[in-house]
Amino acid sequence: MLANQIGYYSLILGLLLSVLLCGISIKDINNNSKQVNQNLLFLSFLQLTFVIVSFLSLILSFIKSDFSNETVFNNSHTTKPLFYKISGTWGNHEGSLLLWLLVLTLFIFLFLIKSREQPKKYRILTLLFHQIIIIGFFLFVLMTSNPFNYLFPTPPEGLGLNPILQDPVLAIHPPILYLGYVGTSIIFSSSLAAVTQNYVSKEWAQHIKKWILVSWIFLTIGIMLGSIWAYYELGWGGFWFWDPVENVSLMPWLTLTALLHCIIVLERRVTLTSWVVILSITTFTLSMCGTFLVRSGILNSVHTFANDPTRGIFILIFLFILIVLSLGIFFLFHKESNKKSNNFFWLSRETSILINNWFMMYFLSVVLIGTVYPIFLDVISSEKISVGPPFYQKLIVPFLIPFLFFMSLGPRLKWIKSRIENKNSLIITFIILVILTFFVIRNLTTDLLLYTVLVSAAFFLFFTTLKELFVKKFNNISQTVAHFGFSLLILSILFNSFLSSEVITNIRVGEKYSYSEGEIFFKKIEEKKESNFNSIIAYFEIKDVNEKTVELKPEIRVYNQPVTITSEADIKTTFLEDKFLVMNLVKGNEYFNIRYQVKPYMIWIWISVLLLSLGGLMSLFTKRYEK
Amino acid sequence: MKNFLKIFMVVILYIGFSDLKSDEKNNELKNKILKNIRCLICQGQSVYDSESEFAHSIKLIVDRKINEGLKEERIYQFLREKYGDWVIYEPQFNKNTYVLWILPLLFFIVGGAIIKKQILKKNEK
Amino acid sequence: MKNKFSLFVIIIFLSFCFVIFYKGLDNSNIYAPKIEAKKSIPIFKAKDFDSNVYIDSENFFKEDIFYIVNIWASWCVPCQTEHPLLMELSKNKLIKIIGINYRDNLKNAKKFIDEFGNPYSQIIFDSDGTASVEFGAYGVPETFIVDRNNKIIKRFIGPINKKIIKEIKLIIK
Repeated sequence: MLANQIGYYSLILGLLLSVLLCGISIKDINNNSKQVNQNLLFLSFLQLTFVIVSFLSLILSFIKSDFSNETVFNNSHTTKPLFYKISGTWGNHEGSLLLWLLVLTLFIFLFLIKSREQPKKYRILTLLFHQIIIIGFFLFVLMTSNPFNYLFPTPPEGLGLNPILQDPVLAIHPPILYLGYVGTSIIFSSSLAAVTQNYVSKEWAQHIKKWILVSWIFLTIGIMLGSIWAYYELGWGGFWFWDPVENVSLMPWLTLTALLHCIIVLERRVTLTSWVVILSITTFTLSMCGTFLVRSGILNSVHTFANDPTRGIFILIFLFILIVLSLGIFFLFHKESNKKSNNFFWLSRETSILINNWFMMYFLSVVLIGTVYPIFLDVISSEKISVGPPFYQKLIVPFLIPFLFFMSLGPRLKWIKSRIENKNSLIITFIILVILTFFVIRNLTTDLLLYTVLVSAAFFLFFTTLKELFVKKFNNISQTVAHFGFSLLILSILFNSFLSSEVITNIRVGEKYSYSEGEIFFKKIEEKKESNFNSIIAYFEIKDVNEKTVELKPEIRVYNQPVTITSEADIKTTFLEDKFLVMNLVKGNEYFNIRYQVKPYMIWIWISVLLLSLGGLMSLFTKRYEK
Repeated sequence: MKNFLKIFMVVILYIGFSDLKSDEKNNELKNKILKNIRCLICQGQSVYDSESEFAHSIKLIVDRKINEGLKEERIYQFLREKYGDWVIYEPQFNKNTYVLWILPLLFFIVGGAIIKKQILKKNEK
Repeated sequence: MKNKFSLFVIIIFLSFCFVIFYKGLDNSNIYAPKIEAKKSIPIFKAKDFDSNVYIDSENFFKEDIFYIVNIWASWCVPCQTEHPLLMELSKNKLIKIIGINYRDNLKNAKKFIDEFGNPYSQIIFDSDGTASVEFGAYGVPETFIVDRNNKIIKRFIGPINKKIIKEIKLIIK
């Protein structure tokens, strides 16, 4: 109970500090001293501390199962394992907002520390704009989503946490995702500050690039963790469903990637300045938009938090205030740079980066329109339609072909002006790849022409980047690694989709099921009791055509609070393939329904995303900007 | 170079001839359709992925209709008549969805036009 | 004044989006397919519960009265709660209740009726659930009102309660 009070008042103090920080910032801007008022740094640190204290109080309440706290009551239970009691703190709406505040206050504090060489007014304005966002979130939490509501009389037991959320990957997914997602806020604030100071320049680009990279790396890994969780936990072997909540995390990633590429240009040349600012504003706007879509109840999804329209209205208004404010600042302060320097030679790296942005914006429009269009249609004409995977696949897959080509060619071009050397050898390489690919995938798919070219394009990127890694061209190694990772990602996804197979059947204990590629033997069943669930573990022996056997043990769990039945798949992972077995009850008899999937190259999907992030990480530690 | 081009032409001629047996084809069609139907009592699963009562009924109906010789689009139409557009994952291309399908492509074209303006022609400098 | 124009366009666009999202928040998220201009009862081969023979579905709706179509199953718990209300309703001379026994075991279904009473003038034995799909239902229990012209005019998802009974009584007058 004391934790409740401490947590709540820490938030109030944090809000007051925001106001104080704004006041002192405004005074300090007009002040003529060269140094930023040291108080600002101290107060920012204090604010961070208060948010940390608040967050820790909530965690403590969860650990102690203090059900006098409404949030703990709604989302926890005494029998939950300790790890999930802790991670349950941020697995709900109110707690995740504390996480938002934590990342917001952390990033501004780190920014102040790490930007000491930057112009004073720029730093203060970044702080000021950032505090506006922070104030908005403090108000949102305190007015609509207080994690410290008091329940009296204290209930003896909580309502529990949805069992599919009790998973280690899902426990760390929000913090990592938020570091990326919410981290785009600092890019937003600093871009606005830079615009007002006419500081959108090479020096600013070199400085902000690190923040963009940090945000991007965390966002990439955060999204990957979400996919991994969906794959392991949701039980039907997929890892991306074009679900609105997934799309909402992908959209800022697309603009952030575009922004990252633009900032690489801005590091060298004062050009694309307006576009960089627009992208910065858009990225954070999309993050906020995502928050709105997911928490307001406007969208239907398996991921959505408990829905509450009043919260939706608050975020909607807050979001639009931010948009209007940022666009206003942009239009008022932005000075168009010298027109001449904005024109690029057609065959240059600048152009290839423009092309990257072109495609990224297209992919963004597909995902954005696909996600929000049903809302618009429903409001305007009361028709409800679904926009599902086929839509996204049809509009994105064909465009990946030119995209992959430009990824191969772009980095080979020099800045300003270039020629393509070895034109002929490139063309010949590509033709050979097309022929080889054709023979490889001939029997794997019906859309033969499309996929032959697509896979060839991916292989083209794969081999060109691989060659650069081996030839030891270390000038641009971070970019090579990242592009290599991307080619590997496309290839793994495609081949995984071509080569995956599934067997579905009903089977009972002791039975053997034979099919074209092997045999499934249902050995036995065991029962197990854990602290908050009972489970039935089924032992299966699966023999393939080469007489090799593998044992898989899918489970069916009955959780106690709330009473839910879940299927836990058993997955055996090797570098070559994943073997995936999930089991469901069949109504009324002793049969069990099983789905056995063989999914080749599954792990390479995760590895390639890690490579992608590794490229970003390497760029972070490069001392000078790359040639 | 000429030899490669010749092989390339032969390859092009082979493209489009996929040789699956008709039984497999029916099964593939069935799975393709089932993956495109939303399970209305599940949380974001397709009928293909679901083992619910509703999913089983739909699977039977789709099976029957394929054996009756109905084309893919007709099967979707049948389900749309019963349950509304929302039950099929892939949006149609009708007056409700022109904007949905065309707007992104419009963005692409507009983006291309903007890029073109930024780029100098080969001869100019 | 190109800047001013684009600014104006952006403001209009943003206001439009704001209004749409604001209205979108009010909309219900539970998907219930609209019953547009009354749909006719579906035509399919239905298996009669008692005779175990396939009959054309229209034969269940031959009389010139209101029909209530109720989808039920012995394994469905809410169906047991609504059953007494159906028994009451079946006494009404203005209507007949057609039951659709959904994905059930014949023996268990018969036991259910023996134990709780039979409000149905006829029952369709829908062991594979396809008859319910023909009606556009997706779960159990669901109840439909069919008027004298064999058009489906109302649909209730979930067990019926006293309020719904009142509504039905109003409609059939």
